[in-house]
Amino acid sequence: MTRYIFRRLLQAIPLLLLISIAVFALMQAIPGGPLAAYENNPNISPEDLMRLQEELGLNVPKWQQYLNWLGAVLRGDLGTSLVTRRPALTEIGERLPNTLYLSGIAFLGALLLSIPVGLVSAVRQYSWFDHAMTTLAFMGYSIPVFWFGLVLIILFNVTLKNPLTGGPLLPGGGMYTIGEDLTLEDRVAHLLLPASVLILHNLSNHVRYMRAGMLDVLHQDYIRTAHAKGLKERAVIMRHGFKNAILPLVTVIGLEIPGLFNGALLTETIFSWPGMGRLFFTSIERADYAVLMGVLMLSATLIVLFGLITDIVYAFLDPRIRFD
Amino acid sequence: MLALMWRRFTKHKPAMLSLLILAIIVIGCVLAPLVVGYDPYNAPVELRRQPPSLAHLFGTDELGRDLLMRIWVGGRVSLVIGVAAMVISISIGTLVGALAGFYGGWLDNGLMRFNDFMLALPHLFILLLAAQLLRTLNVPEISGGPLPIIVIIGALSWMGAARLVRGQFLSLKAKEFVEAARVAGAQNHRIMWRHILPNAASPIIVAATLRVGNAIMTESTLSFLGFGIQPPMPTWGNMLKNAQSQMTLAPWVAIFPGLFIFAAVVAINYVGDGLRDALDPQHVE
Repeated sequence: MTRYIFRRLLQAIPLLLLISIAVFALMQAIPGGPLAAYENNPNISPEDLMRLQEELGLNVPKWQQYLNWLGAVLRGDLGTSLVTRRPALTEIGERLPNTLYLSGIAFLGALLLSIPVGLVSAVRQYSWFDHAMTTLAFMGYSIPVFWFGLVLIILFNVTLKNPLTGGPLLPGGGMYTIGEDLTLEDRVAHLLLPASVLILHNLSNHVRYMRAGMLDVLHQDYIRTAHAKGLKERAVIMRHGFKNAILPLVTVIGLEIPGLFNGALLTETIFSWPGMGRLFFTSIERADYAVLMGVLMLSATLIVLFGLITDIVYAFLDPRIRFD
Repeated sequence: MLALMWRRFTKHKPAMLSLLILAIIVIGCVLAPLVVGYDPYNAPVELRRQPPSLAHLFGTDELGRDLLMRIWVGGRVSLVIGVAAMVISISIGTLVGALAGFYGGWLDNGLMRFNDFMLALPHLFILLLAAQLLRTLNVPEISGGPLPIIVIIGALSWMGAARLVRGQFLSLKAKEFVEAARVAGAQNHRIMWRHILPNAASPIIVAATLRVGNAIMTESTLSFLGFGIQPPMPTWGNMLKNAQSQMTLAPWVAIFPGLFIFAAVVAINYVGDGLRDALDPQHVE
């Protein structure tokens, strides 16, 4: 097992290197470049521009720029944000916890909801509950994330009022009310809408896989055996069924990790959530290369890492899998 | 054969209903701009932010343009992008999957590694960067129009199809009819495209259907974020772009275009589901 993890980690290195080269090349191809904003600025002389280029290391060939970037990254330096003039690592470091907080809660929420729903749906196949939930999952899968966010804001922020204060029922953006003391209610209120959007987004796929996995398991011989030896329905489902049915869900979670970043970018943008996705979005328009590279590489690393974790969890759950 | 499939398809009630909804949307997009007398681009400013009424069923936007009219015109763009991006995506996916599955060995290994690499990228981040690249290149005829968006969506979404087709080719190339074709002297490319591909058609058709829905969703996301089709050309996505700032004044501007994205994507996905049942009777949910 340790050897397997070690090997997978080693394999991740060339993958991440390849990603960094591809992303670097893609960003270099974008015309204008980081200094485009200064080029048309009459207050900046050509000499200043040259000095800036030198300062930022932009006066050497592209491949050398890449190697310089890579060398700095390996020493833990992601470069300097061109907009805020602060280290990109600080910029990202401030935003990352907010993204993990929102995505984490949404991810757990979706998981905790989808398991019982998928389970009951499968056990009571073709019941009204099953029909309702499969339809809902289908809808949730097809709803545009950003539009669902807008609809929730219209409903809970614009239309519905708080009966006590007369203000909006729920805040339409941000992480907390600025200028007020931090309270738990305030934080929860700000979390509700963006988390709901992400939960629905993740939930639908999970329910479908949980249901399919459970249906698959319920037709296995060992379930019939468990029934035949007189076990209670509950024990059959929970002890013999559930444990095996969770496997497909683990796989699909592994496949969905990259998707979490899509969801984060959209929800953060709509709900003005100060996370990594929104940072990336604003950095594109400012051509803030250091931050863009940092966010991309961090996301890619997390994707690869979580992919590995999924595989390890899978191995723990399924004793048929051996890594030697 | 076709009649049998159609009979099986008609048994899938949500798929039949979805087909009807899709037909209405498509007919509306094709015909409505020719029939209804509103200009989707210019309108009197006095008419701005009119709530839904008999004259303007879905109301008007912040410039006084009839929302329904813009939805029909925008739908043309969104649907064309969805279908065209699907064609690119499925073509690349089929080519990659067929080569990998048929030849195996180092080619398969290399192509599938590349597939994994593409899947490990944070998709939307890369889409935005690619869109930004094409936007700043500023080629007069195509910038801000549908073509760059079609290309990048197609070029970044073929991985699922490649996996699917590879699996099909892997199992089909061991079948007797392939052996027979080889004995008859058929060349590799003839075996791949004339003998194996038609037998893998069913799952590819299903995947292609679902891809149209996905591409429509991606286009609307990009356009919503301002990286896709640029105004004044409407699409369902970019109509929502300004909607967020209008939400207190004109919430209908935010509701209706999204409703059409939602309806079209749900309907396409249900049709895909129905096709799966119709084309592949062995498949059990």
